[in-house]
Amino acid sequence: MISPELKAQLQALVGDKWVLDRPADLYAYSYDATPMYQAMPDAVVFPASAQEVSGILQLANTHQIPIITRGSGTNLAGSTIPIQSGIVLNMNRMNQIHEIDTANLTATVGPGVVTANLHHAVEALGLFYPPDPGSMRISTIGGNIAQGAGGMRGLKYGVTKDYVMGLEYVLPSGEILRCGGKNVKDVAGYDMTRLLVGSEGTLAVITEVTLKLLPLPETKRTLVAYYRNLVDAAKTVEAIIASKIIPATVEFMDQGTMKVVDDFAKLGLPLEMKSMLLIEQDGPAEVVNRDIEQIATIAQEHRAAGVEVASTPEEGAKLLAARRAALSALSRLKPTTILEDATVPRSRLAEMVEEVERVAEKYGVQICTFGHAGDGNLHPTCMTDERNREEIERVEKAFEEIFHAAIRLGGTITGEHGVGLAKKDFLHLKTGEAGLELMQRLKAAFDPNGILNPGKIVNFTNRRRLVVQR
Amino acid sequence: MSGEKHSLSKDFSSPACGGTTVLPMTHTDSNRLQPFDLDEIMNCMHCGFCLPTCPTYQQTGLETYSPRGRIALMKGVATGQLPVNEEFEQHMNACLGCRACETACPAGVPYGSLLETARHVVQETKQETAKPSVLRNLIFERVFPYPKRVRRLGHVLWGAQALGLQSFANQTGLIRVLPKSMREMQKAVETVASPRERRKREQHMKAEGETKLTVGLFTGCVMDVMFFETNQATARLLTKAGCDVVFVEAQNCCGAMHAHSGEMAGAKELAKRNIEAFEQAGVDFIVNNAGGCGAALKEYGHWFKGDPVWEERAKRFAARNRDANELLAELPPLQFSKPLNYKVTYQDSCHLAHGQGVRNQPRELLRRIPGLELVEMRHPDSCCGSAGTYNLTQFEMSMQILDDKMEEVRETKAHLIVTSNPGCLLQMKQGILRAGLDKQMEAVHIMDLLDRAL
Repeated sequence: MISPELKAQLQALVGDKWVLDRPADLYAYSYDATPMYQAMPDAVVFPASAQEVSGILQLANTHQIPIITRGSGTNLAGSTIPIQSGIVLNMNRMNQIHEIDTANLTATVGPGVVTANLHHAVEALGLFYPPDPGSMRISTIGGNIAQGAGGMRGLKYGVTKDYVMGLEYVLPSGEILRCGGKNVKDVAGYDMTRLLVGSEGTLAVITEVTLKLLPLPETKRTLVAYYRNLVDAAKTVEAIIASKIIPATVEFMDQGTMKVVDDFAKLGLPLEMKSMLLIEQDGPAEVVNRDIEQIATIAQEHRAAGVEVASTPEEGAKLLAARRAALSALSRLKPTTILEDATVPRSRLAEMVEEVERVAEKYGVQICTFGHAGDGNLHPTCMTDERNREEIERVEKAFEEIFHAAIRLGGTITGEHGVGLAKKDFLHLKTGEAGLELMQRLKAAFDPNGILNPGKIVNFTNRRRLVVQR
Repeated sequence: MSGEKHSLSKDFSSPACGGTTVLPMTHTDSNRLQPFDLDEIMNCMHCGFCLPTCPTYQQTGLETYSPRGRIALMKGVATGQLPVNEEFEQHMNACLGCRACETACPAGVPYGSLLETARHVVQETKQETAKPSVLRNLIFERVFPYPKRVRRLGHVLWGAQALGLQSFANQTGLIRVLPKSMREMQKAVETVASPRERRKREQHMKAEGETKLTVGLFTGCVMDVMFFETNQATARLLTKAGCDVVFVEAQNCCGAMHAHSGEMAGAKELAKRNIEAFEQAGVDFIVNNAGGCGAALKEYGHWFKGDPVWEERAKRFAARNRDANELLAELPPLQFSKPLNYKVTYQDSCHLAHGQGVRNQPRELLRRIPGLELVEMRHPDSCCGSAGTYNLTQFEMSMQILDDKMEEVRETKAHLIVTSNPGCLLQMKQGILRAGLDKQMEAVHIMDLLDRAL
């Protein structure tokens, strides 16, 4: 419930129609794409400018109201669940592409721009914004930055964090600040840009973004290789990179994933195979052709049962689009799909794949695995039913064991989805207790009242831990 | 649910913002809630892949105007977390029912049938509390169930047009008395066939040459009144392609409008009569030329799910239904002798493309016409905003969607917009008028165009 006075103040800031608080409206912002989390906000507000955001934050700060910044709600870590109620700040009205600077190769956009729309706009000018998270057709740039989103081109081109050059952001105090910019080189003080990437709306609200662009690669080709087991596929990936070829994309799907993807996209995949790799290379034609041939040879040397090169770019694009739908397609099988994001150094991929198989068997849970093999970033996905408490407990135990395995192999608990609520209990595995505490102090410096997305990543505390009693 | 394992103690107790808790899920045996298949709802994992394809989400940017949001609200109702009230009804009615989300959905959530259930739940709840509106009653219980009454309505319409009442109404300003939505629509209405033309129709048309198939033409209620000639053209095309065509007298409205409005009982009554009528006719296929009707006819099996008497008969009936484009593309290629030197663009019928997966066949048929050039618009399979009665009940939204659509049409510089559903055809005609393109552009049903090229 939001008080009539506060509602009137919010309406005065953004306009009557951009403040929602009817029950069904609130219900529709009580979830994101993460399974099993739901909590009702008190209001949903749609600002149109940094000034409006500033006004809203000042109000929220005065009244100590949580602010949950949201794009399209496609994150997979529970990062936009309003677990302590408050105001959902929906940024999708700020969806203008302000400038595409062809001299500096940058794009300056509002945080609400849909990722794929930015792709279309820059590609029309022969430019390229490589980050392509699975939900790019609906996810927003602001959301991508907040979650530190990855994608399928990470291997060669890196991820969202590698393309954010500058930000405009608003603090809970209402101050509108800028960091970074169009400069390739800029070491003026702490790198606030990098700090805000992946901060999940817990430090500030991002209101404008300057992104790095590249020239659009001349051409691309796609190759698929099928295997009779999982490990040979993983070993192929290691061998490709060891032979100093960096493909744009190396994706892995196991048999269960292949089945559902084929069911959705009607690709005609050989479903008797146990796993497949989907590899794309881009660049000048002669380089692409040479690399693809060499990759085909390496795949065959690693006992690929079949290797096919897509005959047209459209066919390749169709395969990649189908892979992007893998997670959602898996939910055909069971009412609840819980996916994880464990990531290991590339050279440990085969071990990680075996580890996931072992854990699934140990706990008697159904896990399908797909992911960005080239990045060592797997998405073991469990098909279950949230109404079955007993099974959910086994699923949780299985995933806990997978997290520990990833850390043991020198990896991390999340590669590209973020911590939010879903990985919060495991963050200490990666950062250690001291690391957690430092993060809490950082949070308090930005947000002394703890109103920004409370309860996400780290618990809020504005007290220094007393080490020495005086 | 409710993030149980992370149920953090609430740090905030602001007087301005008191916190809103999600009601716990309750599994109730109330009849009203039984129709929802919770498994189907739960298959939606909120990924949001449907959002970019949803015309109402594209217009508003609001979650409640998206398929994901609507499914969430249904889940809220099905689990007792949300009441069935006016707000829920508004959100369900704001959906076009175009089912573009089904094409986009990797999880295969049957959105169309979930929406029908939701609207049914709304109607059931309302009947418990209040009387249905006079207009609803007139449409769903007094007119559409009776083919004769629909025809009689057609006669009245023809009479009015013949007597020039339409222009009289226009000139005198009488037209202004009609609601804006009706006023705009009537500008686009075709000249309907006279009672005499209707009576002249042969009940059985022989195939040209050897008979390959015997098909029953599903004439449709609106189609047969407002687009009588299109049905005749369809029959001519089918005979040309080697089909004996039968007009089955006892058929009636497909029931799609009833089903989409939550009037499932009425929809099923109509369906039963159609099943019986075509069973007795003994035809190989039942052919329709209205994407909306076709999708409903193919879903009869689903409508009677669990019905011991009717389910099997409905499934058999559904399996024998074909869209005219679909069947014509399967039969030996028609020879089009008259060149038509037009640039055309094809507006998919949502329930033909998303509902029945028929996308290539009409395009292939068009490409076979000599001289004709097909230019695609940017989003040909995005709804035009017609959506059954949506353009009457949700006029503003429908027109916003239509105006955006017309911008895409304008870019193609086409002379003709080709459609395969009567509702879309009327909407496109209206769109041409609204865009001021009536001097250079026409909307036409694909069967009429193909017939012209024979």
